[in-house]
Amino acid sequence: MTEQFEPTIIGFTCNWCSYRAADLAGTSRMKYAPNVRLIRMMCSGRLDPTFVLRALSGGADGVMITGCHPGECHYIEQNYKALRRFLLLRRVLTGLGIEPERVKLVWASAAEGARFASETTAFVEEIRKLGPLNWGKPVAALENLQEEVSKLEEVPA
Amino acid sequence: MSEKIGVYVCHCGTNIAGTVDVKGVAEWAAEHLKHRGVVIGREYKFMCSSLGQELVEKDIKELGLTRVIVAACSPHLHEKTFRTACERAGLNPYLCEMVSIREQVSWVHADKAAATEKSKAVISGGVERVLHNEPLEPIRVPIHADTLVVGGGIAGIQAALEIADAGYHVCLVEREPSIGGHMAQFDKTFPTLDCSACILTPKMVDVGNHPNITLLTWSEVVKVDGFVGNFKATIRKKARYVNTDTCTGCGICWEKCPKKVVDNVYEAGLGNRKAIYTPFAQAVPRYPVIDVENCTYFKNGKCKACQIFCPTEPNSINFDQKDEMLEVQAGNIILATGYDLFDATRIPQYGYGKLPNVFTSLEFERMCNAAGPTEGKIVLRDKTTTPKSVVIVHCVGSRDENYNKYCSGICCMQSLKFAHLVMERTGAEVYNCYIDIRTPFKDYEEFYKRVLEEGGHFIRGKVAEVTDAARLPEEEGKLIVQVEDTLIGKQRRIPVDMVILSAGIEPRHDAKEVGKLFGIACGASGWYTEKHPKLDPVATMTEGIYIAGCVQGPKDIPVSVAQGAAAAARVLGKIQQGVISLEPIKASINETQCSGCRICNGLCPFNAIAFIEDDKVSSINPALCQGCGTCVAACPAGAISGTGFSDAQIIAQIDGLLLRNLEPVEA
Repeated sequence: MTEQFEPTIIGFTCNWCSYRAADLAGTSRMKYAPNVRLIRMMCSGRLDPTFVLRALSGGADGVMITGCHPGECHYIEQNYKALRRFLLLRRVLTGLGIEPERVKLVWASAAEGARFASETTAFVEEIRKLGPLNWGKPVAALENLQEEVSKLEEVPA
Repeated sequence: MSEKIGVYVCHCGTNIAGTVDVKGVAEWAAEHLKHRGVVIGREYKFMCSSLGQELVEKDIKELGLTRVIVAACSPHLHEKTFRTACERAGLNPYLCEMVSIREQVSWVHADKAAATEKSKAVISGGVERVLHNEPLEPIRVPIHADTLVVGGGIAGIQAALEIADAGYHVCLVEREPSIGGHMAQFDKTFPTLDCSACILTPKMVDVGNHPNITLLTWSEVVKVDGFVGNFKATIRKKARYVNTDTCTGCGICWEKCPKKVVDNVYEAGLGNRKAIYTPFAQAVPRYPVIDVENCTYFKNGKCKACQIFCPTEPNSINFDQKDEMLEVQAGNIILATGYDLFDATRIPQYGYGKLPNVFTSLEFERMCNAAGPTEGKIVLRDKTTTPKSVVIVHCVGSRDENYNKYCSGICCMQSLKFAHLVMERTGAEVYNCYIDIRTPFKDYEEFYKRVLEEGGHFIRGKVAEVTDAARLPEEEGKLIVQVEDTLIGKQRRIPVDMVILSAGIEPRHDAKEVGKLFGIACGASGWYTEKHPKLDPVATMTEGIYIAGCVQGPKDIPVSVAQGAAAAARVLGKIQQGVISLEPIKASINETQCSGCRICNGLCPFNAIAFIEDDKVSSINPALCQGCGTCVAACPAGAISGTGFSDAQIIAQIDGLLLRNLEPVEA
């Protein structure tokens, strides 16, 4: 009997909507797949695309980006910026040879605990079908890149 | 590793412990995250209890903890509790982080092994993150004691009076020539059938006479600068062409003005006013304005009847008056700009605008009003015939996938009020066509019962069409209302003399632009978004900006009054504090790294980022910054950092969640 592949997924949530949707799924005792581990940010606009690359290079099989519905952003319109970055990110991933489906964007308001739960479970199933990202261990090249970049960022005295 | 981290795992009774091996998780953290600085891993039945908090405080003092992780419920519930506990023990509160293993683990997962493993990962993420936390201090901002209230309807009036009565100065801005808002147009208020003007006008007069209120009517806010405690609003005071210092409001000018204009605002198009006018007799202030678009003098250069007949000395009419720009300082702002009525011409099958005897709810309000265009007589468009039968169509533009999905809340009671007034004044047969009757508040259901007992007919069904195309002899010359009575499962055609469309309410047509002006957001339906729908309904995400009345969502008069008072209470609280503390979650720019590319400038919805020409770098105003972090993510030079949610914190948390801290990567 082959063991079922259990993907690891990092979820980025917005403090005002999707994180609260996750809270609501909890208080409503809705069950969803345990493969997702969440990070709270103040807004989906905070999402630097390199966070997603970091997660994928560090062992995550998929990344879920969540934010307020268009028009409902607590910072007026920053989720539109997240949407733009998401679309760009998918192109970059395709260029890198990574299935763009490994990154998913979900809008969930603070009242949509059920949506958060069902979208999460659905995403876990999608990633399960795609299989592991299969890098075995974290990619050293990307790791070094990060260091190189931080060296460059140091301003000479 | 110089940091000493304490990890505290809560059982929450059996809420967490029922699904997660709490003891195992705490032991795992102490053992496997030891090399990351974890010096103690504890579990306790209820961490949030005073005994649980004391446990943390004791460890901070005795073990010299420099960082704290509490794995328990959502940080939205108890982050403040634990941060305060840390502060009591002498640790900067921002060095404490909560990770949720209840809402996001034990309550949503059934498999104990998986839930336990996830809890470990979540704690690992928290530990890595907290290593990068920095001690922060709340930002202290002094509060200017003046308040700006925008919108002079009942919600704005209530808010202004509450604050002024408490002894603080208010500037009330209204864009129409008089305050009063929609309530001034109504005849009766449900369910008590109080005369609307009788209860409203004393409050309007109070506003006009109050020593602490500066009333600016015929004025609009055009610009808002600054931030909580210190806003600076630019207000355009439109030219009235009337000198308010000398005008007594005697009314001779509008009596003598030869130009009649259909009043589409106050009289809802049902009555006329003059080119120089006050909207209604009890207007506050009592000074008229000249409607430039219709005034004969402004069009042809001749007439000046108002000036000729003005009895004051010196003459109060001044055709050369210009718009004035005023600057107002305020510590807090209350927005109470109200609603627009749904435009019934958008539903062509209801015939409004084509069939003369189809009226909107606001037209009917004016018709019922004794001071209105028909002097309170309920008559057809010919202004003489009394209707013998009337259909009231509920939910016009509300609860409708094609227009507004939401329930406007007020229309059921408004329709019941209309039904009562029609029966009382004309004896006509009245049919209410409704989807559901919603009468949830005090004495509302009783009013519904009363209308039923008075003989009102109720048909459960959404009206399909209002037409004048008769099929039967008895339909000739009538309006025919086609509706399915869903309770008996039959189509009905009801021939009547008059149809009243109980139109729903909508956000102001310019709500979005006004929201942008003040830096607050609209929800999907266009109403302004409150800070919390249940626990903070009058505050917004922008500190110092409050909302009251229908700007926040559909509501009736009592709720609008309550919100006006609530917003005033919030503002008074802020004024009394004198100085307030803001969460220090802010972005800041490292000027030596900023290349001056200005990418961030346009990203900020709160205009917190400004470009400093002299230094060729951008700079963030911390009091305006709301901490969303969009600029941090966008800066190509990595020059912007966001306190509380820095790149280092988030990247460390990602690595921690992926348990990469357990086996260091080899290059």
